[in-house]
Amino acid sequence: MASKTTAAAWRIFSPFTLHSPCSISALNIRQCSSKLATKQDITPKRSPFRPAVSSTHDWIGPPNPLSNLRPIVYHIPENESDLQKRLRHLRQETEDWNHDFWTKQNFSFTKEKEEFIISQLKAEGLTPRDEEGRRRSLDSEVMAVFYKGFLDTNRVRHWSYNNEWYRRNFTITMLMARVALRNIWRTVTKRNNKNNSTSTT
Amino acid sequence: MYPSNWGKVGCIRGPHSEESRLFFKLGQPSFGGSDVTRLRMHPSKDATPELRHGHALSSTGLVGLSVKQKLVLNVPQCNQSARNLIQLHRRDPSNWLTYQHLIFLKRQYVIKNSELHQRAIPKQAPALTIVNEREDTIERQVQRIPTIDPADRHTVSQPEDVNSEAQPGISTLKPVTEDAAEQRDSVSGTVGTSHETPHVHVETDKAKEERLDRQWKQLKVIVADLPDVYAKLAKIKLTALVVTSAAAGFAMAPVPFDPLLFFVSSLGIGLASCTANTINQYFEVPFDSNMNRTKNRPLVRGQISPLHAVSFALACGIPGVAMLTLAVNPLTGFLGALNIFLYTCCYTPLKRLSITNTWVGAVVGALPPVMGWTAATGCLGQGALLMGGFLYCWQFPHFNALSWNLREDYSRGGYRMMSVTHPSMCKRVALRHSLGLIGLSTLAPVLDVTTWTFPIISLPINLYISYLAFRFYREGDRGSARKLFFCSLWHLPMLLLLAFTCKKPRRDPEEPPPAASLALALQSSLPS
Repeated sequence: MASKTTAAAWRIFSPFTLHSPCSISALNIRQCSSKLATKQDITPKRSPFRPAVSSTHDWIGPPNPLSNLRPIVYHIPENESDLQKRLRHLRQETEDWNHDFWTKQNFSFTKEKEEFIISQLKAEGLTPRDEEGRRRSLDSEVMAVFYKGFLDTNRVRHWSYNNEWYRRNFTITMLMARVALRNIWRTVTKRNNKNNSTSTT
Repeated sequence: MYPSNWGKVGCIRGPHSEESRLFFKLGQPSFGGSDVTRLRMHPSKDATPELRHGHALSSTGLVGLSVKQKLVLNVPQCNQSARNLIQLHRRDPSNWLTYQHLIFLKRQYVIKNSELHQRAIPKQAPALTIVNEREDTIERQVQRIPTIDPADRHTVSQPEDVNSEAQPGISTLKPVTEDAAEQRDSVSGTVGTSHETPHVHVETDKAKEERLDRQWKQLKVIVADLPDVYAKLAKIKLTALVVTSAAAGFAMAPVPFDPLLFFVSSLGIGLASCTANTINQYFEVPFDSNMNRTKNRPLVRGQISPLHAVSFALACGIPGVAMLTLAVNPLTGFLGALNIFLYTCCYTPLKRLSITNTWVGAVVGALPPVMGWTAATGCLGQGALLMGGFLYCWQFPHFNALSWNLREDYSRGGYRMMSVTHPSMCKRVALRHSLGLIGLSTLAPVLDVTTWTFPIISLPINLYISYLAFRFYREGDRGSARKLFFCSLWHLPMLLLLAFTCKKPRRDPEEPPPAASLALALQSSLPS
């Protein structure tokens, strides 16, 4: 009995048991809801290693080259409860929102860094590439001015992102805990009912 | 009897048939991107082996050169090697090597050829062409390149020959196979064109897609990996250092040493540290993904779910703090809980808000030795604050030097650290606190924690770290920062050890002081 509970607990920690053909649509949801059109959107692939019909869990992929975040394809069990649905939607939405933020952040960081380097070099009267065609790099002290400037200009944006992220993370974890507890409860009551029914028959 | 281009390849492979066999066996199981060389043999199809270049290390170019020389001298042996090739293809699949054997042979080959002019010892084992292991097919493809021109290479590579790469677990073999790739490349260069060009990454989009596909993992708990995952979550090495500093605080307390209490308090402090580290990682998943230093953490990689991580944290924290409160004393338990709170709820959010996070972090680092002291004595004495002071001052040169070389990552991740926003303050503070260490060492005997030998023998290491901090202050470059950081790593354990050796010997309170007993003896001996 203890082992069954443990098994149930393990199943809970690895959420969702059955897969539906919605995995591809889940990806599409992500593509539709991510506002920034990324150059390398991960298109649903047909290779056997991607989340396919036979999977029973969520799948996590390699880091996205733009946002460095790993996409997750969520699986929808049959008999998905409202709570589980809410959790899944929230996770998907948070993932998209995160991806959006970090893509913008990384992109603007790289762009502004390039502009800064070019402007600095121009101020010194140098070309972006030296005689051998290698890119010139600036001293770390000079770059530090840029890094500080970047942080200062984005201060409010970062602050609101932090708050939002903490709130979402906490909500997701609470929902996951509720789902897990409900699953345990259901497993326990189901077993009790089975025991009762077998004892009465 | 065999296609004419086979003979060419046979000659390319050179005088050593084992080399040739191994060339065909060797793959480049790296998944990391451009560094790929693929080998594949189709025994059933047209058996033209083709070599495709991959990225290679220039250091092995010399090996390629030596092979080339031998090649020229040993042309008559071409037929021999070609015949071997045919033999290989006709081998019964049931004799094919397992992948492990393959790698072993590869290693043997590389070891043997580590010296430039060494002959490879003939291997008896048959050459394997394709290895199939569950779903991780490691296909190797050898593509012959008619020219080395990169533009042509793309037209030569055929989509159906594109193969997939092996599991990440085999990436450790990358340097080995890169050597082999270099040899192949330089050797085949003799056939194609007269010059050797540096390797160019050749990977079609489809190959890249397939490679990325392989990196999708199921989000499920692999029980066998859990200890490793937990160790990473808890930052086990950092926890070990924290427990060491707490143990130092315990050892320096002027009370008889109680081993059981020592063990229980160390365990409790260790568990509290695990909790704090785990919650920190739980909060910082998207930030950690974007920084090179932290992108392989378990939560970032999805090895466990956030709920699991929080449960682990609670499972460590609640027993840890309870142990400290009940088995040690309430003061230590309170300090443990305070430390967890400071680290997770103050330091972690502050990292992104203001540079004061460094000072809060220094307090967090200073609390463990204080806890060790209070665990031993039950009260917060001057010595406790002194031990905490050592750690507090040490944190600044340590952390400021570390953060100096991570400025770009911190900036992109939105972390507000002194090294990014106030660089000169960063250097100044590091220097100031390194000098403060000297002051604190001098204060130690004044507070009766150590004898007067301690400031003297600790002076060399304190002066050294202050000197490095001064260099960092003046030069402020990556080299001086790195030196200061690495010095701080050995400086602290050394300092604590010296303090322990110079610990003030505790006098038993029942015994009268020696001078008084002498006076008593004299008094009694004097004639009344």
